[in-house]
Amino acid sequence: MLRNFMRKYDVTDIVMWLIGLGLLLVVLWGSYKTLFVIQKYESSVWLDFFIFGLAQGSVYALIALGYTLVYGILFMINFAHGEVFTGGVFTAYFVAIAMERSGFIERHWVLALLILMAIAMTVSVAIAVLLERIAYRPLRGAPRLVPLITAIGASFFLQYTYRGIYGSGVKTYPDFPALDGKLNLLGREWPILTTQALVIVVAALMMVFLYWYVQKTKAGKAMRAVAEDKEAAALMGIDVDQVIVNTFALGGAMAGVAGILYALLFKQVNAFMGFIPGIKAFTAAVLGGIGNVPGAMLGGLFLGIVESLGPSLILDGLGIPAPYQLKDAIAFTLLVLVLIFRPTGILGERLSEKKA
Amino acid sequence: MAKKRNADYILETIHVTKQFGGLVAVKDLSIQVPYQSIYSVIGPNGAGKTTFFNCITGFYKVTEGDILLDGESIVGLRPDIIVKKGISRTYQNIRLFQNLTALENVMVGHHPRMHAGWLGAVLNTPATRHEEAETRKLAMELLEFVGLKGYEQELATNLPYGQQRRLEIARALASEPKLLLLDEPTAGMNPSETEEMTNFIDNLRKELGITVLLIEHDMRVVMTISDYITVLDYGEKIAEGKPEDVRANPRVIEAYLGRGAATQHKAKAA
Amino acid sequence: MDKELKFTWSDIIKYGAIGGVVAVYVILIGMVVAFNERYIIAETLTLGQIALFAPTFLLAYFAANNARKIKSLSFSIIASALAGLVTGVFVAALLVLASKVNIREVFLNVSPELLEILHFGKDSLTGATIMIMIFNLAVGLLGGLFALTPRRWSNAILMGASLVALMGIMQELMSITFGNKDWFKPVSEFIYAKKGLSWGGTALFMLLGILGSLWRSSASLHPGTKIAKMPRRQQQTIRIASFLLGLIILLWLPRFLGSYPSEILTTVGIYIIMGLGLNIVVGFAGLLDLGYVAFFAIGAYTVGILTTTGKLATMEWGFWMALPAAVFLATMAGVILGIPVLKMRGDYLAIVTLGFGEIIRILVLSDWLKPYIGGAQGILQIPKPSIGDYAFKGPQQIYYIVLIGILLVGYIAWRLRDARIGRAWKAMREDEDVAEAMGIHLVSTKLLAFATGAAFAGLSGAIFAAKLGSIFPHSFNLIVSINVLSLIIVGGIGSLPGVVVGALILVGLPELLREFADYRMLFYGALLVAMMLVKPEGFIPEKTHARELHQKPLEPEVAPEAPAKEAI
Repeated sequence: MLRNFMRKYDVTDIVMWLIGLGLLLVVLWGSYKTLFVIQKYESSVWLDFFIFGLAQGSVYALIALGYTLVYGILFMINFAHGEVFTGGVFTAYFVAIAMERSGFIERHWVLALLILMAIAMTVSVAIAVLLERIAYRPLRGAPRLVPLITAIGASFFLQYTYRGIYGSGVKTYPDFPALDGKLNLLGREWPILTTQALVIVVAALMMVFLYWYVQKTKAGKAMRAVAEDKEAAALMGIDVDQVIVNTFALGGAMAGVAGILYALLFKQVNAFMGFIPGIKAFTAAVLGGIGNVPGAMLGGLFLGIVESLGPSLILDGLGIPAPYQLKDAIAFTLLVLVLIFRPTGILGERLSEKKA
Repeated sequence: MAKKRNADYILETIHVTKQFGGLVAVKDLSIQVPYQSIYSVIGPNGAGKTTFFNCITGFYKVTEGDILLDGESIVGLRPDIIVKKGISRTYQNIRLFQNLTALENVMVGHHPRMHAGWLGAVLNTPATRHEEAETRKLAMELLEFVGLKGYEQELATNLPYGQQRRLEIARALASEPKLLLLDEPTAGMNPSETEEMTNFIDNLRKELGITVLLIEHDMRVVMTISDYITVLDYGEKIAEGKPEDVRANPRVIEAYLGRGAATQHKAKAA
Repeated sequence: MDKELKFTWSDIIKYGAIGGVVAVYVILIGMVVAFNERYIIAETLTLGQIALFAPTFLLAYFAANNARKIKSLSFSIIASALAGLVTGVFVAALLVLASKVNIREVFLNVSPELLEILHFGKDSLTGATIMIMIFNLAVGLLGGLFALTPRRWSNAILMGASLVALMGIMQELMSITFGNKDWFKPVSEFIYAKKGLSWGGTALFMLLGILGSLWRSSASLHPGTKIAKMPRRQQQTIRIASFLLGLIILLWLPRFLGSYPSEILTTVGIYIIMGLGLNIVVGFAGLLDLGYVAFFAIGAYTVGILTTTGKLATMEWGFWMALPAAVFLATMAGVILGIPVLKMRGDYLAIVTLGFGEIIRILVLSDWLKPYIGGAQGILQIPKPSIGDYAFKGPQQIYYIVLIGILLVGYIAWRLRDARIGRAWKAMREDEDVAEAMGIHLVSTKLLAFATGAAFAGLSGAIFAAKLGSIFPHSFNLIVSINVLSLIIVGGIGSLPGVVVGALILVGLPELLREFADYRMLFYGALLVAMMLVKPEGFIPEKTHARELHQKPLEPEVAPEAPAKEAI
């Protein structure tokens, strides 16, 4: 019996399961203490946390789509995708400032928002497409680590380009007065900030659009065909290069919108802002099963909520001071755990047999 | 190359089944490979031959059944342990370490028979040096045996196709196997190269006393050198026996040889 | 490629336009202004101007090169000049735009200083525009002529120009280093003016570079070929002699150079040790570890905590006691972090290790662990190492610890490379599945690579802590991992001498150029991309590795029903 067991599982497997079990116990213990012993927070606070998590999760989800789309087709991690996100929102910042000064935002806030999104999308798409053309396309078919290293290089190059051109300071995005306060709709006040509601709704619309695009349009079908089998798709008369460009563009567009939503939520931009959300969005993509479009959306929402609830729920109970400092550590721990224990993600990875 | 025999057969598979999701790639397959024989597994494309190899070498975990090497079960063992037990293989699409030299490729093959560790390498102990020299000597001999003398320092990727095939066999031999699994060793070869390879495989058994389990497409090769043949179709065994029995088996002709044999006959007649 | 078969007028515009975009980029990112104070040739040429005109020169060079393949000589020369002119149009357009509209709010670097530089001493905008055009045309022409010069001569000129640039950059360092030496004053007066090389110095180094290059390229005189012809015994003697000579120079170097250059060398050395470690992990075993800095941090913090006599004092050990502990803990961390991550496929491994590195950085910065490791305030008062009465108090002394570290670690890496383990690593790098089928236990082999790399990083971190005397979390961020990765890629993945050269270029050179600090990461990023695109094997490639990265994965041309169907 034991011999059979040892045959099937390595020592490393056992160590891993012990680590997993230990972490699970810590999480349970921390949550138990917070909820039943300390009882510092009321339920409305938990709801606030949850909604905030949902809002930032929507942003992660939109960025995650870019990772997932590209991975689905090229099997490469576009490490510079976080910088595609930064490029759009940072460039749009200067327009936003101009619009604020001229009072345009106060007079036509919906139009202003649409313009900002259009600008951010355009810039992000341009960066994504250029990235593909200059840095990735020549390396198609190279060993896997080569494009990854290129992407890492591109990521730093872009970060420091933004810093060099736009400056290194943190810039404050203009306020949208129409979005202040709680959401007032149907004659009553809802327990959600207007900004958060807007972010969630816009993100949801974008995701629905993307899902429709991938599933129903001709271009989307070509994309899926290329993801299944590049050679066969090419034989069927699909222009594979064009499809890949489309994929990068689509991911860039999502990242552009995500950038503006991020700016609405957090009000700040700087040259390095995309790096951490980028890695988190990648986590989200892996969580949902990389290459899997609905998975990326769910993964993003899940990660956003965990990150928002986690510090108070788990760490407060353990008596750790200033738990909010560790929220990124929670996200990264989740990343590490998912990749270790379930690299195919919660929903399972599309095309995984192919890569096995 | 151990001579002691613990069982009647060097390799015995007992009702081996391998399933991928809903697809049954190998179904209830039992074969018995006698010592020092050349045993061929044949069948049309997608019949599950390579999957079967992957099960034996531990790359796939079998869904059901048992595999005995020298009477000892090797199911569930890791591939690197199975090599140590004495099974080594080549690949249908050659998989050499492309950017290592021919010599290094063969020396890697000897890895499971070596012992030098981290400290031994760093301190350059006499034992390590001795082992390294012995391995180098063995590798040189094997390269000579497969006809690659003089190509030791060439990168594997720079060798012509036929030589890559032979280098892969030399690498497999370097682990001193009892049982050698060859996956379509004559694929992509012209008739004279094929004949050369056929003789070479025959020599493996004669000179080194190794049992060979062979996947092969070329019927002439199979019929010339095999002692026993198992025919697979859709993962199932449809016939087995000596070459002449298999050749005569109507199911085999129908399932596999059928059209091919007919056209061959026609071609010959013409 | 049909691109090479034709070269038309529109191609000239294309090259010029690419040059223009790059030139505008260089301007907007601020390099022209930042480098403008650094004179290469006194009162004539600044580094900023080189940055400004480099795109023009390069693109004109490429234009002429490609044009020459199919067109006449005169066409090629005209092509280069025109491409330069087109680039000039972009720069001039930027100048006009910046003079008429205030774009500084968006583009921070469009400063009055920049506009002054772009005016080239002319007062009117028209005059400046004309100057820009003329200069770009001329530089374009130069680029074209350079492209059409025979290879041997163009290499020689390049060598001369590089030497001039290097000596120009080094002016400050030279005077810091040798300022108090007697022989330096007359030499300096000849080669240097107040700022930048004098004309005499320029001519001297240009000539030296050209002659040196010509001498090297004539094969019969080349020392390498000469030695190769000698009998074996003699070769060995020469090798041993040159090794000893090198060692003596290395031992003597800090006394000769003095404090500041020794400081730079120690920093370079610390990166060399890390590079040798990461080279085992990435170069030999093919595992892309982006969290490598974590082991460096563990080494540094172990020494910090165990030896500090400041607020966080615990054991107050000596450095030599803490050093093995640091290496041991880093190794253990390598094993513990390695076990779970090593079963992953390559690209996931990179991200997970990055995640680990970040987790450690966040934990170090947190209030939670502050009582033990100091949080953002770091650990202060780490005593300097000493043996008996000899204290390694400054960079000139720490240098020797670094040197011993490099020799030790380099020796280990060299021995492992050609041993059973090294072969197993390389086999694994080439093809994991086959390596396993050849009897290599993947997890333990990977773990060994990971642990060895971690141990080297731990050693490096320990020396780093002792060198600085205080450590702060911000010294241990992802950037360090990227630096180390860059230097091994530039040197050549898997190549041991490559690590040394890579560290000298990527760590040493920026230390000489203070203005460069802001652009360091930009440069590294661009370098990573460029290296992967153009020269993935690095400048000093490992012999067997050279072809791998250029080549596509094995395509199943011969056996058509290969990998995808192999599963069934």
